[in-house]
Amino acid sequence: MESVSPQVQEAPAQQPAASAEVVLEVEHLVKSFGENHVLQDFSLQLHRGENVVVLGKSGSGKSVLIKCIIGLLQPDSGSIRVFGEEVTGLEHQELDELRARVGFLFQSNALYDSMTVRENLLFPLRRHWINKTPAEEQAMVEEALQSVGLEQTQNMMPAELSGGMRKRIGLARTLILKPDIILYDEPTTGLDPITAREISQLILDVQARYTTSAIIISHDMNCVRITANRVALLVDGRCYQQGTYEELRHSTDPVVREFFEGAVPRA
Amino acid sequence: MQASEFLAEAGAISRFAGRFFSEGFRPRYEVQEFLYQCYVVGYKSLPLVGVTGFIMGMVLTLQARPTMAKFGAEAWIPAMVALSIIREMGPIITALICAGKIGSSIGAELGSMNVTEQIDAMEVSGTNPFKYLVVTRVLATTLMIPVLVILADVIGLYASYLGVNMKGVTSLSLFVNNIMNRLEFSDVVPAFIKTFFFGFAIGIIGCYKGYHSQKGTEGVGQSANSAVVVSSLVIFVIDLLAVQITGLLGLN
Repeated sequence: MESVSPQVQEAPAQQPAASAEVVLEVEHLVKSFGENHVLQDFSLQLHRGENVVVLGKSGSGKSVLIKCIIGLLQPDSGSIRVFGEEVTGLEHQELDELRARVGFLFQSNALYDSMTVRENLLFPLRRHWINKTPAEEQAMVEEALQSVGLEQTQNMMPAELSGGMRKRIGLARTLILKPDIILYDEPTTGLDPITAREISQLILDVQARYTTSAIIISHDMNCVRITANRVALLVDGRCYQQGTYEELRHSTDPVVREFFEGAVPRA
Repeated sequence: MQASEFLAEAGAISRFAGRFFSEGFRPRYEVQEFLYQCYVVGYKSLPLVGVTGFIMGMVLTLQARPTMAKFGAEAWIPAMVALSIIREMGPIITALICAGKIGSSIGAELGSMNVTEQIDAMEVSGTNPFKYLVVTRVLATTLMIPVLVILADVIGLYASYLGVNMKGVTSLSLFVNNIMNRLEFSDVVPAFIKTFFFGFAIGIIGCYKGYHSQKGTEGVGQSANSAVVVSSLVIFVIDLLAVQITGLLGLN
């Protein structure tokens, strides 16, 4: 039943020029939970049209990072600027306006299980006060579903969908607002290798189709290989190293090698 | 549970209730979701509350009859049953039934939404989840429980009328007159007012437990379970306070 997304390519789009506009900038971010110092002086830049994968062990604070960016968690100190606007000091309404431009794909998809797929997609559209006629709404739902290859699921309940389909619907719900930036929280975790690969390709498809910038949190090396324009390694709450997938794969640094060895045979 | 944990929990629930008052009456108003919750809390609980009320009225009447007959006071049965139902049995039994049905469902629903990040998803979708989920549910329970209690009282009294007629013959008008002659405002009003507090307790505790549920399947189960246990206990405490306060005001 699950349809396969249009296959685009299995390598990220051209590396955006380093001079491309910076859409998101995290500087000296610190976040602790009690004695657990999750992020310590973490800094990262995201350019327009770029996919940055933040790679790190489980529990290293990757999800905390993107939850701070979207304003679900308040950092202890440091700055987060999205489109040049400081997120940490935003009022509720300003934060909502920003959230309409920054999509978030949850690790567990977070589909509202009491609503149909169509209602799930309409929820962010209506809640962000985007007034559309029913015909326009319908067209937007169909476009979002079509971009993830699941047009036929409109009236299904999330419980009737497979894991991969739910992930796609979660992405469609993010895409309906046509965000400029998408934050992916472990998009391939819990999926079989084939579906995981399809989702990774879908991320590339979205990048090419909507020219979005994305921060992808992952520890799935296949997903990293397929989607990353740039990889940032999060170790001990800091951005330990950055570079392309190939650069890091051939790194001689023992900490970096630890991530790559075992996952991909070294060339 | 240690004393310090109990106090911390009581404080957290009080803060949660405080947040309800500070956020609940400011726009944006979630009217559609509130009406839907009224439908879920009120309409969908009707069969259960109706059956419970009917059995309560019938059993009270049948149990009271032999004792009253010993004193030759069968004529007092309608008034006695009506007073017990309206002042105490109707409110407390309906509230406890609703704590079981509505409190557990709110606890489990919000708990699983919390575990599966649906509450966070609402927040990033331009929605204040506290207003959308908590305020609507608490308002719905606060306003619907009194309605359900009135319905349970009426059904219970009608069952009592049927119960009286099982062993004797009484007309409905005589039955109603008998009750009305002895019923006073001070019997009805305090009992009615306390049902709002019962409804508020069910809603706020169910929402608090769900909203702060621990991660995992076990956490959701615990939220549903403790929502019922704590709200049932709080209902009894409110009932005790209500009887003391009405006593102090000279309404007992």
